[in-house]
This record gives sequence, structure tokens and C-alpha cells, in this order.
Amino acid sequence: MAIEVRIPTILRSYTGGEKAVDASGNTLSELIEDLESSHPGIKERLVEDKDGQDDLRRFVNVYVNDEDVRFTGGLGTELSDGDQVVVLPAVAGG
Amino acid sequence: MTLGHLPGRGWGGPYAGPVLTISQELLDAIVAHARRDHPVEACGIIAGPEGSDRPERLVEMVNAAGSPTFYEYDSTELLALYKEMWDRDEEPVVIYHSHTSTEAYPSRTDIDLASEPGAHYVLVSTREDGNSDGPIEFRSYRIVDGEVTEEEVTIVKEH
Repeated sequence: MAIEVRIPTILRSYTGGEKAVDASGNTLSELIEDLESSHPGIKERLVEDKDGQDDLRRFVNVYVNDEDVRFTGGLGTELSDGDQVVVLPAVAGG
Repeated sequence: MTLGHLPGRGWGGPYAGPVLTISQELLDAIVAHARRDHPVEACGIIAGPEGSDRPERLVEMVNAAGSPTFYEYDSTELLALYKEMWDRDEEPVVIYHSHTSTEAYPSRTDIDLASEPGAHYVLVSTREDGNSDGPIEFRSYRIVDGEVTEEEVTIVKEH
């Protein structure tokens, strides 16, 4: 099962400069584990520990087929073959 | 207009550091946006052709935080913006926002959240005159791996 994941500039050091990589998983959580196995270190940049559980980092946005996963179940968001995942860091500051 | 005072100026040697080159029109548009939104922080982007380092297309973004001390692009608008840039082979050349009660220097949060190492981070401060015309601080920085480097701003008639 191949799902294309668009990688932002700031995380391309983990993907050898690739703008997009293929990964697989039935949920976003599994997809990130799969990404981590081929691109070690990337998970830490996407996910943080919150009360003993993985949670998406506050200033990282992940979209599945153009929907922000915060509105579709977060890391539990289900994925299917051919889905498009985009990772974008928030543009924010003080 | 107060542009940043940089080391290397006035000491005889030519300035050899990084530079933001921007048209007067786009600079004025950033200032006008900051004035209009004061006391809320204004934010936006100037896209340019990939690899050109040339700011060309200004997109004003809504500050989803609606705050005088914080800004954040709405996540749905952020995706739409990036998809549009990818379609047009553009990248963010300038990422700007205003400070409304402090100087035009990146805050701790600005530094921690900076995620476009190739972009010029422009800060404008409206603390002096708010919504009215008057002198304004307009400064530009590189923010890479938590390190801030101020750069010179060169204003051109057309880019």
C-alpha cells in the first residue's frame, strides 16, 4: 500500500532531500512509524508525548487529502491506498 | 523609515552579508497591512520563483490567533497557500509579521517556530504610530536552527 507523503523543506534532511516519499499504514500513526523506519528521527519531529501517549506536535500540520487531521481523528485518522498526505509546519510566532 | 543598523557599515569595508532585495511597492504593502491590522499582529508571505530569491507575489494571511502578541496562519489557508505555490513553482521568499508593542526583532517564539530556513523573515513594528503614518521599523532576518542573523534591506524601484 503506497501513500505519498509530502515532506516540508525543514524535514528533508531526513529524506535525503526528497520532497515526497512513499510510506504505508492503515492509520496516520502507522504511517509515521513506517516513515520512522525508513527515515530515522523524523517521528520525533512530528509527534510528542502527551500524558504517556503520542500526539501530533502543536505546530505541525498534517493533511490527508487536503483535510487537517485535527478534524478527522488526529493520529488515528484512517488511510487508504492512494491517499495524499502533506506535512506542513505551522507558520506562527509571537 | 528605520532600516536595521548592521555591523560592517560605516567602517570602510563593503557589506558582504545576506541581503533582502525588495521593491518599494511590496515594502509599502507590508507596512500598510501592518498599519491596518494594528493592534493585532499582521502576517503574510511574499512568494517568488523557486531559487530566485526574488519576492514577487504578496499574499496577506489572516492571523487566526487574532492577537496583539501572537500570529498563526489558519491551517486550511496554509495548505491552500502552499499548494498554490507548488503549482506555480514558487517558494516563500519573505515571511513577514508585525510586532505591535515591541521592537522589530524576532521573539523567542518567532525563533523557535521558524521553519523556512531559506526565507527572509521580515519584522515590522507599529509600536510608535499604530494605525497612523510615521516612521516605522522594517527589518529582515535569516532564522536557521535557532540562530538569528539580521540582514541588510535593499529597496529597489522594481525587482
